[in-house]
Amino acid sequence: MGSKVGAPEKLIVNGKRLDGRKANEMREMEIEVGVIPNADGSSMVTLGGTKVICSVYGPKEVLPRRNLDTEQAFLNCVYGMASFSTSERIRPGPNRRSTEISKVIADALAPAIFMEKYAGMEITVIMEIINANAGTRTAAINAASVALADAGIEMKDLICSIASGKADGTLMLDLFEPEDNFGEVDMPLAILPRTKEITLLQMDGMLTKAESKKLIDMSIKACEEIYELQKKALQKKYATETQQETE
Amino acid sequence: MTEKIHIKDKDIVVPGALLAEGLEYLPSGRAFRDGENIYAATIGLISVKGRVIKVIPLAGKYSPKRGDVIIAKINGFGKFGWNLEIDSPYKIDLNVGEISMNYVDLKNSKLADYFKIGDYVFGEITDISESGYISLSAKRRPYRKLIGGNIIKVGPTKIPRIIGKQGSMIKTLKDLSGCEILIGQNGLAWIQGNAEKEAKVAKAIKLIEKESHLSGLTEKVKAMLEEKN
Repeated sequence: MGSKVGAPEKLIVNGKRLDGRKANEMREMEIEVGVIPNADGSSMVTLGGTKVICSVYGPKEVLPRRNLDTEQAFLNCVYGMASFSTSERIRPGPNRRSTEISKVIADALAPAIFMEKYAGMEITVIMEIINANAGTRTAAINAASVALADAGIEMKDLICSIASGKADGTLMLDLFEPEDNFGEVDMPLAILPRTKEITLLQMDGMLTKAESKKLIDMSIKACEEIYELQKKALQKKYATETQQETE
Repeated sequence: MTEKIHIKDKDIVVPGALLAEGLEYLPSGRAFRDGENIYAATIGLISVKGRVIKVIPLAGKYSPKRGDVIIAKINGFGKFGWNLEIDSPYKIDLNVGEISMNYVDLKNSKLADYFKIGDYVFGEITDISESGYISLSAKRRPYRKLIGGNIIKVGPTKIPRIIGKQGSMIKTLKDLSGCEILIGQNGLAWIQGNAEKEAKVAKAIKLIEKESHLSGLTEKVKAMLEEKN
């Protein structure tokens, strides 16, 4: 954070952000369900310039067997960035950052799943970032939530997630790349929309107590919007199946 | 305390959707109670019968129940039976005593004389242990080893549509093609007849799976089976 080479002079011009959004405005989000036919459940989420494809496999047998947990499901989350997803090529394969994010995402998803119902089984969630433009982990969580529902995994709730932060001294929602790179604060958050339980909260930078409270409120409000989008996307895929299924 | 129902029959719900408030209503199927309210656990179709609110799942893998009739594949040998495989994390056992009403004499015969790896068996689930082991029985008719024929995969959530209301769809398929058809609730179907008819039935089942939500499916299937090529 702080000043870096290539930073734009101002991140806020005439009260608007560099891409013309207001401070509490989200980038356009598109959710598509069932994009991978061979997966048990899948989804694609586009959030501005960030694009992620998620596929869910399971419940299935735990392999390798050492991961077996007789009390609850083994939730295997794999977050990865395609080598072409950023302007500079990333070496393919897991790295320190992706391993950490995979773990963080697994912890964010687990409270929404009936883990004890899948005791001794494995649920695999694979999230691949096709194009990165800040907010990849939150987009991945939104995609995973929809894909898990599409796979028919029993869940207590969907999971909604959004990043917010501070740039140029202004609190703002859903940072995009320049704000993420040259802003002061980045704070991803995930909630269960029904109970408003927070399952992921990370922060990079410094905030006062009042500011962090305001940011969390702002994020939760945005998560409620995302919840409606997720619901709509899922219902769109399955809506046609309601008409005659029980005829 | 307020009693309130938020959905109506045949609605479609997503996980976590509020279905009803108050203790008057009862959750069934893939619905669950949290506190005083009832929520859906999977994406599904609502069926309201009196005070019972049921969520019928629209997606998901097969989850076995006692009494289910399934088609399973022989995957390996045990000491006194076979290990079977279905597309599910459960392990299935078929004991030698469960393949015939008669005594199976293993002193004068081998397990491989009855079932080889890759054979399919049509049977009933008699028990599911806590650790995830399923016991299968293929003793009584119509349960048996499936000899010849073709196995095709269908989504387990589409099985009710293939069977139809009181077996109407499956009866149509059987009558018009003259094939023998068995459906396992785990999402496998077995067809036996002459090769051309087998292919036609497989195509018809794929059609049912794909267009399970559209009306007039029975007519379409009939037309498909009757056409000559």
